Amino acid sequence: MDSLLSILIWLPILGGGSVLLIGNNRASLAKWTSVGISILVFILSINLFLDFDTSTSAMQFVEKTSWISQFNIFYHLGVDGISMPLIILTTFSTVLVIIAGWEVIQNRVADYMAAFLMMEGIIIGVFSAMDSMLYYVFWEASLIPMLLIIGVWGGQNRVYAAIKFFLYTFLGSVFMLVSLIYMYNLGGSFAISDMQSLPLTLVQQGWIFWAFFLAFAVKVPMFPVHTWLPDAHVQAPTGGSVILAAIMLKMGGYGFFRFSLPITPDASSYFAFAVIVLSLIAIVYIGFVALVQKDMKKLIAYSSISHMGFVTLGVFALFSIMKMDSSGELISIAGASIESAYLGLEGAMIQMVSHGFISAAMFLVVGVLYDRLHSREISTYGGVVNSMPKFTGFAVLFAMANAGLPGTSGFVGEFMVILGALQANFWYAFLAAMTLIVGAAYTLWMVKRVFWGPVINPEVSKLNDINAREFGILAVLAVAVLWMGVYPQPVIEVMHVSIANLLEQALTTKIPGML
Amino acid sequence: MMNFNFNVSELIFVMPELFLLAAISCILLFDLYVKEELKKFTYHLSQLALLITGLLAFNLIGESATIFSGTFVLDTLGSTFKVFIAGFSIIALVYSRHYLSVHGLLRNEYFILALMSILGMLVMVSGHSLLTLYLGLEIMSLSLYALIATARDRAFAIEAALKYFVLGAIASGLLLYGMSMIYGITGNLDIAQIASFASLATLEPQETLILNFGLVFLVIGVAFKLGAVPFHMWVPDVYQGSPTSVTMFLSTVPKIAAVALLVRLLIDGLSDFQHYWADLFMILAVLSIGVGSLVALTQVNIKRMLAYSTISHIGFVLLGFVTGVLEGYGSAIFYVFAYILMSLAAFGSIIVLNRSGFEADQISDFRGLSKHSPWFALIMLAVMLSMAGVPPFIGFYSKLFILQQVVSEGYVILAIIAVIFAVISAYYYLQIIKTMYFDDADKEIVVSAPIDLKVVLSINGALILIIGLMPSYWMNLSVSLFSVS
Repeated sequence: MDSLLSILIWLPILGGGSVLLIGNNRASLAKWTSVGISILVFILSINLFLDFDTSTSAMQFVEKTSWISQFNIFYHLGVDGISMPLIILTTFSTVLVIIAGWEVIQNRVADYMAAFLMMEGIIIGVFSAMDSMLYYVFWEASLIPMLLIIGVWGGQNRVYAAIKFFLYTFLGSVFMLVSLIYMYNLGGSFAISDMQSLPLTLVQQGWIFWAFFLAFAVKVPMFPVHTWLPDAHVQAPTGGSVILAAIMLKMGGYGFFRFSLPITPDASSYFAFAVIVLSLIAIVYIGFVALVQKDMKKLIAYSSISHMGFVTLGVFALFSIMKMDSSGELISIAGASIESAYLGLEGAMIQMVSHGFISAAMFLVVGVLYDRLHSREISTYGGVVNSMPKFTGFAVLFAMANAGLPGTSGFVGEFMVILGALQANFWYAFLAAMTLIVGAAYTLWMVKRVFWGPVINPEVSKLNDINAREFGILAVLAVAVLWMGVYPQPVIEVMHVSIANLLEQALTTKIPGML
Repeated sequence: MMNFNFNVSELIFVMPELFLLAAISCILLFDLYVKEELKKFTYHLSQLALLITGLLAFNLIGESATIFSGTFVLDTLGSTFKVFIAGFSIIALVYSRHYLSVHGLLRNEYFILALMSILGMLVMVSGHSLLTLYLGLEIMSLSLYALIATARDRAFAIEAALKYFVLGAIASGLLLYGMSMIYGITGNLDIAQIASFASLATLEPQETLILNFGLVFLVIGVAFKLGAVPFHMWVPDVYQGSPTSVTMFLSTVPKIAAVALLVRLLIDGLSDFQHYWADLFMILAVLSIGVGSLVALTQVNIKRMLAYSTISHIGFVLLGFVTGVLEGYGSAIFYVFAYILMSLAAFGSIIVLNRSGFEADQISDFRGLSKHSPWFALIMLAVMLSMAGVPPFIGFYSKLFILQQVVSEGYVILAIIAVIFAVISAYYYLQIIKTMYFDDADKEIVVSAPIDLKVVLSINGALILIIGLMPSYWMNLSVSLFSVS
């Protein structure tokens, strides 16, 4: 199919529009239409994986037509090994959240489903746009459905959380807009590939780097611009939290891969230490913050920030591992093996995909409990295993994955990043590995207090175990988590060549005169 | 000096104005003499007159001539502006009628006065001499003062009319003073003559000084009409006090005429002094964007909020003129058109909420709209996001266009200031969305608008999205206005 990516983008957006037209009064029809569309999109997106050529770093499934001729802006789509796994993660998660909202959402059902479908199309657009202005349009547009999801279906304090979410991310991205325009005026093109080959001085790169950094760091989110995330997560409905954690955060990580490293390689190298420090603070300090949370969703939100720290660590550790010598050969610094640079970047990618599964699962687990007792407080629960044994089985599995147990996907990404970081600097690895302890502590302590122990709250003993729908969703996620944990090879294979290409771009200086 | 000669064949180039003038006279007589039950057709005749005027102007696109001894110019820019004035006015009148009829203000003078002010705008757009420009400005302004006062038993409306009149008169006075300076030193009223005088390489320092002195007053006059800070004091009060339909009219179509005034005086006339007036505009632009964004944050009256939002949009328009290049001017024109489209839809959505005895002008009147009327809430959502500059709506592209021009002329700091304030202003647009979507209705909202209003408003809302998805044609059009003339 020549226009597979366009179909993946517009089918859910137009489908969402038609679900809106079906209206809230015909909720059942709206639900079935939505789930049908989302499954269709997921099946179509599998084609991306099947027809993907793993031997090239060039863009695939490319579509290109002129869009805004005035500025030389193109409707230009394509995927490589970095964006393709994220697109499939998106289509996969959307199916889950639509099914997860099946009975839970009673209020304005069609609007809810439509918002998630449109969001899916927009985010696929973010991951497949090859023109920076097209990318920016999708990037900003993705705020709109999320704003409404948090604001309309959210919890008690939803208005504050929704507006904070919107303004925070909006502020982050307008500086990216200015720097994109700045580069357009230098190079005369908004195409990402042209920006990647645009020569820039270190000063220019520095400004552009920080403008991008602000946009992506808010999205990831990195310490200290992470404060919107706990609010947004706690107030969002379960489906909103899942999409937020599983996909929207990945837009930030993807930005580092697609924009920061290739467009501002010298500035990335120059400022790498600062980013690594912020990542380590996120990993360690936010891990401790998670430890003291009383609210389960907040705990998982902080754990998300901590885990996303591995992504930025893996990306920026690269510059302490390798450099390019004068003849253009990649050489390692201080006896590190070349493989470890790959480990860092690929570990970061694996971590993004794996965190997509695990955080989605964790939020769904909390959602299952919240639907029954309408409380997210850890202290409400205790001894849930007695009344919900099947559910507890899944919950413990996902908690273990969150703590990074070998055999689950959580282990693979973190382990690869730590191995990579070890080659860069012992202390990076040491501090990052700390989180395996802290992570295990906060996750398992929560499991202990919620699922084990005596039943204090009489409501807990009356809980019904998960129904077939919930079982299905959690089982699919469990399979994904275990599969990624045991056999991540297919995902690594898909991205390997693209990562190699990125590595080369990131280490090639763009400063005029030093080329 | 001027040498008046008149050629009948030149009349073809003033067809839109001539036709509109004739139509106004006929409609006035029609309204005077027909029976009571036929009077409702005054509205339809007015719309028809506007439609034909627009078509006549459209027909003249591509023609270019300077006629009536150089006092009247016809070029692509002028004709295109006239088409847009007629088109936007048609939309505004559709919205107005519903508002007027539910509030018992439906008197046919309203439409005649509106047509009269449109005639003034058409004259302004084509004015090629200081006198013609001033004539057009006064025809427009006087009709607008009367239009505001049509709600004669509302104290606020009378206050607004008086305020607009007094401050407008001061602005006209300042403009005239500037014009007299220019005339005094150049000895000419003709814009082309003034331009050739100003471009002389042999200008004495004193001559430059006096031209500059006049220029400052011209800029003040234009800034007054546009409502740029610090000449914005009238805007919030007039917006709030006027009947909503007049506010809508006031905040949309006359902006095109004001921009035309700016183009004729400063770009056609004094482009050699561009670096002088661009510096003034830079200050006006930054102040407008800043004050407009900050003061709007605390408003509870939606008309006042939109007034400050207009001020901040005008700041962006002026940024386009700061650049001093043709694409920059084009980006400002595109911004004006986008702003008017959004503003019409915003006021249209407010008017939809009006019903007999209920004046919807508080932000809280939108509470829970998304439940009662999801379609109009969706339109208002699109308008608010578009005004905030969120893609994929038209407001984003107009900001992008301006920012691109500003950055390409080297004013990166200006662009950064503009985007920071854009984020701040997003807060109050979000407040409207919050009120519509996140709050529950405390009272029943009845949307009982006539079908023509609903259809036009829907098209208006859809355009905000559709032009947003395909802005290319309109951007090229806006730039081409300047490269041809």
